[in-house]
Amino acid sequence: MSDAALTQALPRPARLALGETATAWLLSAPAIIAYLLMLLLPTLATIALAFTDFELGATGFAWIGLDNFAEMLSDRGFMTSLRNTIIYVGLVTPGSIAGALALALLIEAGTRGRTFFRAVFFLPVVSLTVAMAAAWQYLLHPSIGPLNAMLRVAGLGAPEWLSSSSTVLLSLAAIGIWENLGFNLVLFLAGLTAIPRELYAAAEVDGARHAWQRFRLVTWPMLGPTTLFVLTITMIRAVRVFDTVAVLTQGGPNKASQVLLYTMYEEGFTYFRLGYSAAITLVFLAIVLAMMWLQTKVLDKRVHYG
Amino acid sequence: MAERATPLYRDTPRLLLLALAGLIMLMPYIWMVAASMKPLDEIFRASLTLLPERFHAIENYGKVFARIPVGLYLWNGLVVCGGILFFQLLFAVPAGYALAKLRFPGKEFVFGAVMLGLLVPPHVQALPLYVAFSQLGLLNSYTALIAPFTISVFAIFLFRQFFKSLPDDLIHAARLDGFSEMAIVWRVVLPNAWPAATAFSIFSVVAHWNDLFWPLIVVNGQDYATPALGVMYFRSAEAGDDFGALMAAAVIMTAPLVIAFLLAQRRFVEGIATTGLKG
Amino acid sequence: MAGIRIQSVTKRFGSTQVLRGVSLDVAAGEFVALVGPSGCGKTTLMRIVAGIEQADGGAIDIGGRDVTRLRPGDRDVAMVFQSYALYPHLTVAENIRVPLALRRLNAWQRLPAIGGLLPGAADANHLMEQDVRRAAEALGLRALLDRRPAQLSGGQRQRVALARAIVRRPKAFLMDEPLSNLDASLRVQTRREIVDIHRQSGAATLYVTHDQSEALTMADRVAVMQGGELLQVATPEAIYADPQDLRVATFIGSPRINTLPAETGADGMVRVAGHPVGLWGARPGPLTLAIRPEDLVPAGTGLPAVAEAVEFLGESLLLHARHEATRTKLVLRLPPEARAELPAPGAAFHLQFDTTRALLFGPEGRRVGVSALSGEAAFV
Repeated sequence: MSDAALTQALPRPARLALGETATAWLLSAPAIIAYLLMLLLPTLATIALAFTDFELGATGFAWIGLDNFAEMLSDRGFMTSLRNTIIYVGLVTPGSIAGALALALLIEAGTRGRTFFRAVFFLPVVSLTVAMAAAWQYLLHPSIGPLNAMLRVAGLGAPEWLSSSSTVLLSLAAIGIWENLGFNLVLFLAGLTAIPRELYAAAEVDGARHAWQRFRLVTWPMLGPTTLFVLTITMIRAVRVFDTVAVLTQGGPNKASQVLLYTMYEEGFTYFRLGYSAAITLVFLAIVLAMMWLQTKVLDKRVHYG
Repeated sequence: MAERATPLYRDTPRLLLLALAGLIMLMPYIWMVAASMKPLDEIFRASLTLLPERFHAIENYGKVFARIPVGLYLWNGLVVCGGILFFQLLFAVPAGYALAKLRFPGKEFVFGAVMLGLLVPPHVQALPLYVAFSQLGLLNSYTALIAPFTISVFAIFLFRQFFKSLPDDLIHAARLDGFSEMAIVWRVVLPNAWPAATAFSIFSVVAHWNDLFWPLIVVNGQDYATPALGVMYFRSAEAGDDFGALMAAAVIMTAPLVIAFLLAQRRFVEGIATTGLKG
Repeated sequence: MAGIRIQSVTKRFGSTQVLRGVSLDVAAGEFVALVGPSGCGKTTLMRIVAGIEQADGGAIDIGGRDVTRLRPGDRDVAMVFQSYALYPHLTVAENIRVPLALRRLNAWQRLPAIGGLLPGAADANHLMEQDVRRAAEALGLRALLDRRPAQLSGGQRQRVALARAIVRRPKAFLMDEPLSNLDASLRVQTRREIVDIHRQSGAATLYVTHDQSEALTMADRVAVMQGGELLQVATPEAIYADPQDLRVATFIGSPRINTLPAETGADGMVRVAGHPVGLWGARPGPLTLAIRPEDLVPAGTGLPAVAEAVEFLGESLLLHARHEATRTKLVLRLPPEARAELPAPGAAFHLQFDTTRALLFGPEGRRVGVSALSGEAAFV
């Protein structure tokens, strides 16, 4: 583009009052200061803490190298927490993605009620998570909850959803799917509307008679980037699960719903073992980074067609 | 090409499926509102009727207003979310502009730092920040609630992308007209980036209104509790006994954002979609 | 007639009547260009023939069969879209293969990897490879078979779209402004190639364009459409020299035909602002006189005009002028040698024309008969 080349070769038509560099730094200064104070330093501090045995209120602390991490590996509580988090992510991710895609296709398939249904499914995203967790507690209550009331009427059992270690993770995952569906739905809707209509017409003329053929030939390939983005976002949101656990189960019964962030919270702010908690935080960070790396390196190329 | 509506009879299966899914989706809300209007004995009866036999809403909601300072919590939520958004925009917009439109040494480095920051979830900073605020005696204050979030690398990234797409000539014309660089940021560039600004604002408010993790850490007691924390306190206090009042509290605290959403639905949805697509 | 038969097709969108009973026949092996300004309904008509839109009334026959109720895939018709509509995630070869695969393989055989192992699949695949290769060769795409659309230029993508259309050897081709996204120079070359491909295929081709020069150079017959109805369907020569409607006359030909308000007097003579022009009208009343730029010549006597500007085109000149009395702008096309004797801008001069080439149109725009004063080439 010759214009860009020209403006670089010739002096700028309008001079800035200060030098350009000074102006840029001045404009960015507040952000940079906040970044240093609130992001960089604390992160470095966390990394440092992870290698100490610092406890709040203790007089001193010692560098203990990798001892915290060794403790994690031998701590059954932590391993349970890690395992639960992985199971939770493994349930919520496919559930909320497949559900959102199916609903998005249904909504896009016709013209009636698009705005209405989109609002209905998006409601959980703008609802106070804690409040809705309380509502779920009522809904899933073993004795007075409407869900079990309905199941009793149908003659099926009345499981203790949130208070039984065999069903608690499933219940939390169901709530997690409910929470994430709307967000993913909106992203899929945006992706679907971006597909050029003419591709569908071409597919029809080429002989794709059924909706399934058109889905495979046009919709699914063109949704590639969106799907990948939704996948990453959902996994990261799922791994961050905290609110429902804090409100509903506090990690119980018997650590059956203990998750990574709640363990980190407990160790850090209930037991004040900040060093250990920092180590857990680093594990959490590593998982998140691994997920993002997966997106960029492995899948990104396959999904963008130029 | 204009889309034609499929005839109603062909559309019915789709509408039925969607309605069914929608009903399941709305279950928590329906029961939440229903229970908030029932007296305790009806709730414990566990019947499947939605409407209360005895209309107990006034008592339930009254209890909530009497027991917890609803107004205070909502006010705190407003101050915190508003404060966070204010500072986020204040810091991120000029920085985004500098990264998008100005040339200076170290630009790549700064942008790299921004991208790196996107990778790190806020929970990583929690521990040291808590210790720092504790040492400074700033726990239980608006400062503790707002300060950590004033830096939003996501906002810087979003605004940079958006500003980049604005024509350079717009800036040149403004400079020739005599605008200072600061004025250009706020009076020329930002008004032209309105979609990005509203999108981000919605995203930020929703995220921070909902946040439980950080308020739980830095706040003790009612004075600075956010709505999320307020509901949690109420729940612990009631220990699961008075579901009617608990549901009423949930309704009250959820209502503001839900109402805002229903009124400005398109903006919300566009906001999430835009931030999603750019991210 | 084993081509395309469009019978009294009507279509309305909301409150707008987009097609008003359009009928058109395209014989097998014939190339018909459907031309008209944007919004006249030509693309809608094409989409109805393809089956992507449904007509409100009327019928479509393709290859002798009534296809009005059939899905697009069952109509034995291929379409080239304005935006090419190539599948971005498939290679050129795979793009061309799609219409064949969807028809010749069943759902099981189309599964990735294992589908190819099922009985019958190997033979079908082999035949399809040959067809794909043949179509690719015909369009010079041999070297590009493994590329994706994103890696191709506009012209190359267009060829892929064409290849995908011809690979099936359909009874009918539909082309929706396939050249409009190409550069001017590429357009001229690709025009000929499209006509060649059409000739080799022997199919009936319906070609939609808003560019009248494309229509004139490519088609066996030209159908001019405006406001949802066909104004005239005739050979390019007839459309140009013998338009039956004023709208056809003004749409076809570049620069636009000159039009002057005229009037048949009580004595039967046609006059422009009181000036007789050597023509007779059937009955008194207002008329429009139309004359092509190449048929006007500057002279010492005749219609008075004022010269305005000159445009040099290389192979010809355009002289812009003004007829004062009726405030009409006129354009004359002259050979470059005429430059020496042109009136200067602002100078008054006179125009003459061959009365046998003048066109008269009645108040509703229909062509009316004309008779010349004498057999002479010019008038006084």
